[in-house]
Amino acid sequence: MADHIEWVALAVFIFFFALVTVMGFLAARWKAGPVSEHLDEWGLGGRQFGTWITWFLVGGDFYTAYTVIAVPALVYAVGAYGFFALPYTVIVYPFVFAVMPILWSRAHANGHVTAADVVHGTYGSRALEFAVAMTGMVATMPYIALQLIGMEVVIKAMGLRGELPLVAAFIILALYTYSSGLRAPALIAFVKDIMIYIVVLVAVVIVPAKLGGYGAVFAAANDAFAAKGGATGLILKPAQMLPYATLALGSALAAFMYPHTLTGIFAAKSADTIRKNAILLPAYTLLLGLIALLGYMAYAANIKVSSPNDVVPMLFKVLFPSWFAGFAFSAIAIGALVPAAVMSIGAAKLFTRNVWKSYVDPNISHAGEAAVAKIASLVVKVGALAFILFLPTQYALDLQLLGGLWILQTFPALVFGLFTRWFRSEGLLLGWATGIGWGSWTAWSNGLKPLATIDLGGVSYVFYVGLAALVLNIAVAAVATVIVGLVSPNRASATAQS
Amino acid sequence: MWILLLLPFVGLLWVPFYNFTEPSLFGFPFFYWYQLAWVPISSLLIWLVYRSRTPDEAP
Repeated sequence: MADHIEWVALAVFIFFFALVTVMGFLAARWKAGPVSEHLDEWGLGGRQFGTWITWFLVGGDFYTAYTVIAVPALVYAVGAYGFFALPYTVIVYPFVFAVMPILWSRAHANGHVTAADVVHGTYGSRALEFAVAMTGMVATMPYIALQLIGMEVVIKAMGLRGELPLVAAFIILALYTYSSGLRAPALIAFVKDIMIYIVVLVAVVIVPAKLGGYGAVFAAANDAFAAKGGATGLILKPAQMLPYATLALGSALAAFMYPHTLTGIFAAKSADTIRKNAILLPAYTLLLGLIALLGYMAYAANIKVSSPNDVVPMLFKVLFPSWFAGFAFSAIAIGALVPAAVMSIGAAKLFTRNVWKSYVDPNISHAGEAAVAKIASLVVKVGALAFILFLPTQYALDLQLLGGLWILQTFPALVFGLFTRWFRSEGLLLGWATGIGWGSWTAWSNGLKPLATIDLGGVSYVFYVGLAALVLNIAVAAVATVIVGLVSPNRASATAQS
Repeated sequence: MWILLLLPFVGLLWVPFYNFTEPSLFGFPFFYWYQLAWVPISSLLIWLVYRSRTPDEAP
């Protein structure tokens, strides 16, 4: 995009990157505990984060750098349809409020560190535990890779060539995550979120002022979509309404099934911390809604890009002085570090607790768990880096999309057990397998589109595959539970204890 | 009170409620300001439910 290096922007960028690197390494001493002696310390920051730290941490890992790049890019490309991220990140909070404090209490009472721990604790089924753990790990990998794409986009915007800067940034991230654990992203999240708030608030005030107000911004976008045609526009086409709503609902139900978001939940000090956060976290959603509108501002600013992902960096480069563009790019890059760190920690915990401890070394010590998790976090990050360096970017996007569908299939196993003991682990496992199998196959046969079509009475309905797979998953789980109940009325002994 | 938590789902998932451009507000078409308005409304609803429940633990 840029054919020369933007020195001012780069200097600002390097300053902030150095700042968070120092913070990342020093974080090990923050609210210090024995970081290497217990997985709770390395992987959950000692389970002591109060309302504000949790707010910054969950805000930092849920609203990722990739979001800042991809949501405006989608809005730029298709218009209203890209805005589904907004209803998605609104309705997720009533759900968080109602369910996550219960999950936290269950995990806290039993010393559980991962979703798969909770599932094993509830159902006593190693198979179901393994299914949930594998799904979490596999779904997280491409998500980490996406954060790298976000970082790559801003590094390129500053005129840097080659993959070396990205590799260097990632190695630094891997090292301080290794040494400080969850405390590093939690501390860096403060910097990242404050920077992002400044950038977005400045952008949503200054940019429309330069471009003639929001009316002009929407008018410019409207003209551009009218010229472009197809399924684009300022409001949804009738055929887009059901996909829009089902994508929002499915994404909202999936959001807090991911290892990184659950890490933020499990690291909280109390159930009440989570309830307060369900009230306070929507502030980030307001921010996201405004970020999405950057996609329309690009039209008003007459920005033309070959790849929609370049919309946001270009907008900042064109409309702001170089130092502020550098500040914005640092915010986005640091915004990639926080979720990437938490994601790798979440995946590493799953590997340690639900693969290593369950199958390799059941008598592992607490210090041993922390050691395995630290190594696993490095492996996960190197894997994600290799993904970006050696495979086409599109693979990461496709896999991330499938990852959302997969992680949603762990919903019944994780959430239902918090409210009812009616479901049997065999049923939930069969439902999980059916949901993943049918969902993947359907998405695959539609050319990896997240939407499927069904004909009912001559009318065709288009909807989000993941949500349909979840419905199928639940139906299969229920039927199988009834059948298993008939065949063997007595549950396995492990199921009886909580 | 818990029923209040369902309102954001109804208000945002039934798209025909808000898939219009008019009336616009501060230059924002209805589609956009309606959905953005649900952000503070949802916070408020959750807060109301939070206040109405009996605390389950000492802080």
